[in-house]
Amino acid sequence: MSLTLEDVARIALLSRIELSAAERASTRDQLNGILGFIEQLQAVDTTGIEPMAHAVDVVQRLRPDTVTETDRRAEFQAVAPETEAGLYLVPRVVE
Amino acid sequence: MSELINSSLRDLSAALAARRVSAVELATLFLDRIDRLNPGLNAFIALDRDKTLAQARAADESLKVGGGATALTGIPLAHKDIFCTRGWRTSCGSKMLENFVSPYDAHVVEKLAAAGMVTLGKLNMDEFAMGSSNETSHFGPVKNPWDVSCVPGGSSGGSAAAIAARLTPAATGTDTGGSIRQPAALCGLTGLKPTYGAVSRYGMIAFASSLDQAGPMAKSAEDCALLLNAMAGFDPRDSTSLERPAEDYARDLEQPLAGLRIGLPKEFFGDGMDPDVRAAVEAALGEYHRLGATTVEVQLPNSGLSVPAYYVIAPAEASSNLSRFDGVRYGYRAPEYADLTEMYSRSRAQGFGAEVKRRILIGTYVLSHGYYDAYYLQAQKIRRLIAADFVEAFKNCDVIMGPTSPSVAFAFGAKSADPVQMYLSDIYTISTNLAGLPGMSLPCGFGSNAMPVGLQIIGNWFGEAKMLTVAHQYQKATDWHTRMPEALK
Repeated sequence: MSLTLEDVARIALLSRIELSAAERASTRDQLNGILGFIEQLQAVDTTGIEPMAHAVDVVQRLRPDTVTETDRRAEFQAVAPETEAGLYLVPRVVE
Repeated sequence: MSELINSSLRDLSAALAARRVSAVELATLFLDRIDRLNPGLNAFIALDRDKTLAQARAADESLKVGGGATALTGIPLAHKDIFCTRGWRTSCGSKMLENFVSPYDAHVVEKLAAAGMVTLGKLNMDEFAMGSSNETSHFGPVKNPWDVSCVPGGSSGGSAAAIAARLTPAATGTDTGGSIRQPAALCGLTGLKPTYGAVSRYGMIAFASSLDQAGPMAKSAEDCALLLNAMAGFDPRDSTSLERPAEDYARDLEQPLAGLRIGLPKEFFGDGMDPDVRAAVEAALGEYHRLGATTVEVQLPNSGLSVPAYYVIAPAEASSNLSRFDGVRYGYRAPEYADLTEMYSRSRAQGFGAEVKRRILIGTYVLSHGYYDAYYLQAQKIRRLIAADFVEAFKNCDVIMGPTSPSVAFAFGAKSADPVQMYLSDIYTISTNLAGLPGMSLPCGFGSNAMPVGLQIIGNWFGEAKMLTVAHQYQKATDWHTRMPEALK
């Protein structure tokens, strides 16, 4: 199967990446090239094979529920695009 | 003094300990070389002489006092720009992080600094480590010091070029699908990707978290062993960091190779490899026979599926990891937008380059409703088949060998028009990442246009020390790893 321009627009929206109309067409062709390449995976019989999520089988470690970080808000916010009074600024979300 | 650019880390350490050279003199030697040669190579993308020299002065102090000094104290190195380095711009090769000065150090940066190493600067790389040629960097491509019309490989291309040009004795790299080994091969260096989980990922900007692993790049296996000793170790801040007793990766370097069984996967010696690469690899295998090793054919029947499986799994994980770049807490924010969604989508459209966007889109698609089972789950099942092949193969051999890359360094632009052609540059390295195995590349001769060829060694899980011994013994018998580009001498 191959992607249509509408599919590309939908994926771009899910990815939060703006694509112009011209970019959409070239992106469709490139993505279809890559999808064509990974299509060969479909032919492999994987019945009964356990998916491998990680290279090494380990269980999630737990740690005591205690404070481990100090307050470094000012330092972290120094690299933010826009802050005010210790808050991150974004366009209005709720009217 | 200038001959020190070719010295091993052990020799530098001895010279520093005997006070034949100071850490400040050594750092200055390399910084001056960087000033002179980097404009033609574009390997370094952040330098700060004051910061470097302050660190060098501190190293000289501890060398003078003695007590706190390690075997690496006072030796300069440089970090791939994927490692968060406190007070340094950490860009990951992206416009997205062009102005990001990290408020903290990666675990690896912390550990190497604690060992007394002196940071020369930050190294160029493919954007977010996505690339095999360094052409995707926002800061322009790195040039291969052996021939500046050729790529250095990627994504750790800045690391590789800097060492090959002797702008630094050592560097850090990261390897998700071959990003340490392939540039090491293309630039004539030694580089090692450890077993997944051996080195902490904390502070290393994430690309594909189940595959990403940091490792050392240097001139020789012995240098890599000393660096890995300082880099590896458990870190509770990385949820997949392995709790294992510390090991000395240099402990067996002088063990002879008699009786070593080298597995040669027939899938790695098929038609895909260029004849010049084949000739150099086969000559290296001949040298191993002389050193007392035997070779045995092994099979990795599913290795042909590793590149397509990787191009499902890695973009899927990347699409999730890179969702953090939203223009809110750090990174680039577009100048104009009408609402929050547009702020996100414009910041990401303008802040990411073409290859990164492509991979986020592919990753989003393969994880999306209705396609997850067909692509992502299927790729994870194939990943298990690939790992199981290695388990079988290692029943009959101690290490596996083959080419690192199917060709020597290629010209700029040669593969950039077709993403799939570029992806196939990593055909011999990717299966190692999928299985979580350690792998390394070491120089084994020169191919067409006198460009370096890399021999790949794949070790069993936690077989780093064995792999390093196998590489070191070869390097004692050969001198490929001591060669440097004539023009830069």
